[in-house]
Amino acid sequence: MADATNTESKSTGPDTASTSGGGLSLLSLFRRPDAGAAAGFILIFLFFAWFGWDKNFLTPLGSSTWLNFASKVGIIAIPIGFLMIAGELDISIGALIPAGGIVLAMSTETFGLNIWLGVLISFAVAGAIGWMNGMLVTRTNVPSLIVTLATLFVIAGLNAYISKQIAGTTQHSLPDAGVVSEFLMGDYHTLKIGSEDSAFTIFQSLQSSFFIWIAVAVGCFFVLHVSPWGNWIFAMGGDQEAARNAGIPTNRLKIALFMLSAMAAALVGMTEAVLANTASTTTQFGMIFNTIICVVVGGVLLTGGFGTVTGVVFGTLTFGIVFQGINFTAFDKDLNMLFIGALLLVAVLMNDTFRNLATSASTTKKK
Amino acid sequence: MSDKTPVLEMRKVDKSFGPIDVLHEISLKVNEGEVLCLLGDNGAGKSTLIKTMSGVHQPTRGEMLMDGKPVSFNRPREAQDMGIATVHQFGGTYPLMSVGRNFFAGNEPTKGVGPFKVFDRQKANRIAVDEVQKMGITRITDGDRLVGGLSGGERQSLAIARAVYFGARVLILDEPTAALGVKQAAHVLRIVNEAKRRGLAVIFITHQVMHAMAVGDHFAVLIRGAIAADFRKGEKTREEIADLMAGGESMADLEANIEGYMETHDGHVPEPAH
Repeated sequence: MADATNTESKSTGPDTASTSGGGLSLLSLFRRPDAGAAAGFILIFLFFAWFGWDKNFLTPLGSSTWLNFASKVGIIAIPIGFLMIAGELDISIGALIPAGGIVLAMSTETFGLNIWLGVLISFAVAGAIGWMNGMLVTRTNVPSLIVTLATLFVIAGLNAYISKQIAGTTQHSLPDAGVVSEFLMGDYHTLKIGSEDSAFTIFQSLQSSFFIWIAVAVGCFFVLHVSPWGNWIFAMGGDQEAARNAGIPTNRLKIALFMLSAMAAALVGMTEAVLANTASTTTQFGMIFNTIICVVVGGVLLTGGFGTVTGVVFGTLTFGIVFQGINFTAFDKDLNMLFIGALLLVAVLMNDTFRNLATSASTTKKK
Repeated sequence: MSDKTPVLEMRKVDKSFGPIDVLHEISLKVNEGEVLCLLGDNGAGKSTLIKTMSGVHQPTRGEMLMDGKPVSFNRPREAQDMGIATVHQFGGTYPLMSVGRNFFAGNEPTKGVGPFKVFDRQKANRIAVDEVQKMGITRITDGDRLVGGLSGGERQSLAIARAVYFGARVLILDEPTAALGVKQAAHVLRIVNEAKRRGLAVIFITHQVMHAMAVGDHFAVLIRGAIAADFRKGEKTREEIADLMAGGESMADLEANIEGYMETHDGHVPEPAH
């Protein structure tokens, strides 16, 4: 809300300020809402490419470490970004990641079901939890931070309890899932062009989750920026009351978004389970912060109403590089968290600047 | 005038929330191409009346008629479908969305088929800019521009243009000029006149008598949930209306009181009475 008043006060500015004639195309590029996140990514990438050159930061194998890491955060970060644009938060994903994994593991190992049936069950369970989150938030008007904080612990408790009751353990193993399922859900992929001696590696050791991330990003980009649904999400985050008055089914939309984030979290849990052939009930508290950092670094406004999918993808890449990239440099690894904290601060400040540029953008001719 | 069927009419409408009566026997009518000004002080029940007209609340008693036929709205959407559009103080615009997206929020133009329907940005922008310009806002020429960069008056105008475009027949304007400067307010008043010229029935809610006098054809003063006065243009002076709004107490008397008090109390103003 602070932002709205901020732009309001600036509203007298653009007519006098934007009289610059030259460099307009560059300026309009900067005014793109995802420019901040992209610029941040490029800076961080160059930084680590320079300092990590000796330790193979840029080689296909080296890149795969941070890309694989980023992909798992990224799959969840995009739906979390949707929620944040709509003015909500979901931190129950920390418990939904293991939930997705163990439901799949129990379906296949304990009950001997087909893996794809297990995937469906896992999605259904996650969807139901997301629906519950959405219902609680829309019906009670309790802030979603508190609601999902509660469900985070409820699900975490249920994960351990149900695992022990049904399977007698909190560490599940998955039977080999078969070639196709492994390929799609959790495997390492390498693409080389050319014959043995002159082979050129396009990518190496990328996990399936990386490709799932791309698919999720493309799908979500369509929803947010191309389809009319995106308009509803932005409108809901911009002014919920006005959105409801305009005939947008805000409650149903919000519930759908909570279901989406829950299912994305379960999907990540499943890919991890299939890849490692094990699933654990350990709650992934770290992922809660990771996704929020990616979304904020990606330029999504915490108070809602503003953000892009491309921005979140750039934010996730940046985060992945900073999180993993330190291993490729001569810096002490203990500085990792410090880097991430600094990144977050810089990103938020930079995004503010870029967003102000975007709102004050008046491509109107003067007078 | 009285032989025409009013577009919207309320007959003895009561609204109570539990034991609290908020509206009491409200009877109003508004014709095509006419501006009805609803005047009232804060807490007079203006918002409740608007919400009842726009389908947010349902009347406890009494009936509402559109074109002479009884209607009842269970949801704001139903009122909108009948052509009742409400524009609130900030126009229900979203500062961080473009003009085109704002204009069509909830009613997006699409191209393509099935699940791959695509928001038609160009069409949205073109129509939005066209409609806003027709309303006399020539400063908006780019549909991609974010609404946060527009002035308050322009945002109001955008919302009104939008309501008109989507086929509103009754336009309810909730304090459209309250947060605006003099020039901006004049702007909005011009647009109210434009809407009236196009044959819309406008219900203009305000507590600024000057603004009401500038556009109104018909006036109703609301005091404590009841209509205290109902008159046509030219039947009452500005002072009389202001007095009515202040609850029947004459403004002049009030001023005299305050001045008298200040003289005897070292220039201090009296404690407000509750």
